[in-house]
Formats: sequence, C-alpha cells, structure tokens
Amino acid sequence: MIKIRCDGREIVVADGTSVAAALLGAGVARFRSSVAGESRGPVCGMGVCMECRVTIDGEAHRLACQTLCREGMEVKTT
Amino acid sequence: MKFDVVILGAGPAGLAAARAACRTGASVALIDDNPAAGGQIWRGSALIDIPPSARFLSQTRVFDVRAGFILETDLHGAIAGSRLILATGARELFLPFPGWTEPGVFGAGGLQALVKSGLSVRGKRVVVAGSGPLLVAVAAALRKQGARVVGIAEQAPLGRILRFLRRYPAKLPQAIGLRARLVGVPYWTGTWPVRFAAGRRVTLSNGKILAVDYLACGFGLVPNTEAAQLLGCRLDDGFVAVDSRQETTIKGVYCVGEPTGIGGLDKALEEGERAGSAATGQAVRRRTRTGAFVRDLAAAFDLDPRLFDLAEPGTVVCRCEDVSYETLQPYREWREAKLQTRCGMGPCQGRICGPITGCLFGWTAGSVRVPLVPVRADVLVRGGR
Repeated sequence: MIKIRCDGREIVVADGTSVAAALLGAGVARFRSSVAGESRGPVCGMGVCMECRVTIDGEAHRLACQTLCREGMEVKTT
Repeated sequence: MKFDVVILGAGPAGLAAARAACRTGASVALIDDNPAAGGQIWRGSALIDIPPSARFLSQTRVFDVRAGFILETDLHGAIAGSRLILATGARELFLPFPGWTEPGVFGAGGLQALVKSGLSVRGKRVVVAGSGPLLVAVAAALRKQGARVVGIAEQAPLGRILRFLRRYPAKLPQAIGLRARLVGVPYWTGTWPVRFAAGRRVTLSNGKILAVDYLACGFGLVPNTEAAQLLGCRLDDGFVAVDSRQETTIKGVYCVGEPTGIGGLDKALEEGERAGSAATGQAVRRRTRTGAFVRDLAAAFDLDPRLFDLAEPGTVVCRCEDVSYETLQPYREWREAKLQTRCGMGPCQGRICGPITGCLFGWTAGSVRVPLVPVRADVLVRGGR
C-alpha cells in the first residue's frame, strides 16, 4: 500500500493507483476551480480534458488521471 | 534517439504495429502518454504484450511532429524515426446539458478508465448514458466491480440497434454475453440525460429522476487526428485517409485504428499488423474488412439532433475557459468565436469543445498547431524550436 497526502489529509491506496482514482476514492469531488470558480473534477480519465489538474509535489497543472501515486506524494487541489 | 519505426500510441493498434515491425529486427519505439501500455480498451489488462525488442516510452507526451520524422517529447527530447505509425486512438464525445460540468459526471469510457486505474465503485449508484456499444461494455464492467448500475440510457432508438445486430450476427454473442451480465439493469433506448443537479440527481429525457453517485456519459468517439493534421496528412470526413497499406497521403507516415474510422478492436489489430509490416518492407496482408462496418456502426448510433439542444443559455460549452452557450450563439464560425470568447483556447486546446461546437453550431475547428499538448516553457525551449 502507498500513502499520499491530499490537502494535508492522508490517503492510503494500492500500488498502481492513479492520483485521480485515489482522490475520488477518498471522496474528493473538487480537484480544481474553473476560471469562473466552479468546482471541477476528472471527466475523460485519459489525459484529454485537463479537468483533473492538481499540484503534485509542488508542480502545478499535473494530470491526476495520468499520474500514479508514489509513497509520500503531496497533492494539492487548486 | 533514432529508430527505424516510431509508433505513437501503445493501444491495441500500436502494439500490433510494434509486433509486426519487430519481426524484422527493426528498431522500434512505442510512445504513449499513459503510465502503461494497452490504450483505453486494454488498460491494466494482462493481454498487453510489448515486444521485448521495442523501446516503450511511457508517460511521454509528443508536442511536435516534423517531417523527417522528428517527434518532440516532454520527457525524452527529440525522437527520430524513418517511418512513423500514428496509433493515436480516440476520445469521447461529450455534449453539454445543464449540470454536465458538475463533479460526478464522467465520460462513460472515462469512468471505466478511472476504475481501471484503481477507483473502487463498489456499492456506488451509477447511470451509464450516451451512445454506442461502449455503454453496455462499461455498464457490465462497472457491475462486475460491484457498482449498482441503475440503468443505461442509450440515445439511439431500439429498432436501429436491432437492425445493426441483425446485419452483424457475429457481434450477437458478444451483445448477448454483455446483456447476460446486466440482468435487471434497464436499457432505456431513445433516452438521454437532460440535467444533472447538485445533490447528484440525474434527470433523463424519459422523465425519470435518479439519485446517483456517478453519471458516466459519452456520446461516441472522436478520432485523435491532431498529429496527422500537423504533418499535413489528408483527412476525409474527419478521418485520416490511408491506402491499402495504411499509408497516409504523407509518404512514410502510416495511420491505424480509430483515427482511420471508428471500428473497434478487431479493425485496430488488423490495421496495426498491416502498418507494422508495410513500414518494415514486409508483405502486407490483405484487408479482410471493408468500410461497411464502420459506416453501419456510425449510422446505427447516429445522434438524435435533439441532443444538440439540451444546453441552457448559461450552460458552459467550453469547460477550460467557462464559455457559455449564450456567449457562443452570436458567432458564425469557430475562429471568430475563439478570438472573441476564448472558446477552445484553454489547456484541452479545443479537443472537448471543438467537436461539441461542431454538433451544436456546425463549426469546423481550425488548423492544428504546435504545441500539440500543453508543455512547460522550459521543455519547449529545450526542444529547440
């Protein structure tokens, strides 16, 4: 199992889990705010729609659906 | 890095091309933006068989393709190939209805992809909606994972689907098999979502209002033709034109799978095998299928024009830039709307809203430009362009 943190909260997932799956499974609905301030989360699941962008280990605009969880990863919704 | 054959996309078509090309001892690179090979259909599957002699470059995004052929990537810099095989797959078509941007609304293939990447749907109430054979496959997969599939809303009328199945009896066992795994799950035909409200209630066009955890909704597939367009390959009716050896109108560039016509797995495997052979000077097997299946499939699940009328004035059409339906209404074409409203200018680069405005307003999205995907400025600079 792998431990990551999302907005300070610990999430434990199986190896091979994407960040998007980890956050959704932990009940995170809002991954980012849209330009007008609406809540958005993953849609396409395959790296096209860009709605699942989060900050991972300090790097902004990472696609949660195409990034696998790694031990100690720090995720911030935006 | 230089290779005899570079294959863009490691789904079934790209993998079949790699297997064929590797038979000759050619050097082969297989590039994909996902963490693992398999594309969407084989994501996380044990069926994936990357030839040991091929170099697999995962999580690698190609942002430029130039004659020669040189592919600029974010992770591995420039990758050169004497031959290029485009196996770029397809994405889902989404259509705007009130609430479609709320968290909890996914693509149909989108939710399945998330489940394959570790999301548990055990006990979750899901409505699967939209159009195409994918809906039934997704519903069956979700149910197998423990989801409570409330129902499937397919926009196509039942008569058309049955006529299609009668014409392709070979598909019947698959259809019956999927249906058998969905006992007790209603399949509402001629039905689609008209609203998704906060509190996660979906309203269907048949009047049903259903409480769900997730709505999985996709209205068919859109081919990923951007790389082909950037190279100048000719498109016919939105699909990449190829000859009997899968070669595009640009010599040395081949295209396989969904970008040449939405036809699913068997077509993808056959085309991949042909292109991998052709690109390495092997004899190319004859085509066993015609374009009829692709056309009949598209006709069976042709979209009801009422689907293009679901957005309310304030419904967002371009999700990246939050451009509403009423904001776009005064414009006559894509470029004008883009310049005035920023529609299509966000990070998805019009891949989601472009096909939508095609359906809603009849617009054709403009030319494809570099970078093909958003990349950091330092990567662009390092790429030497």
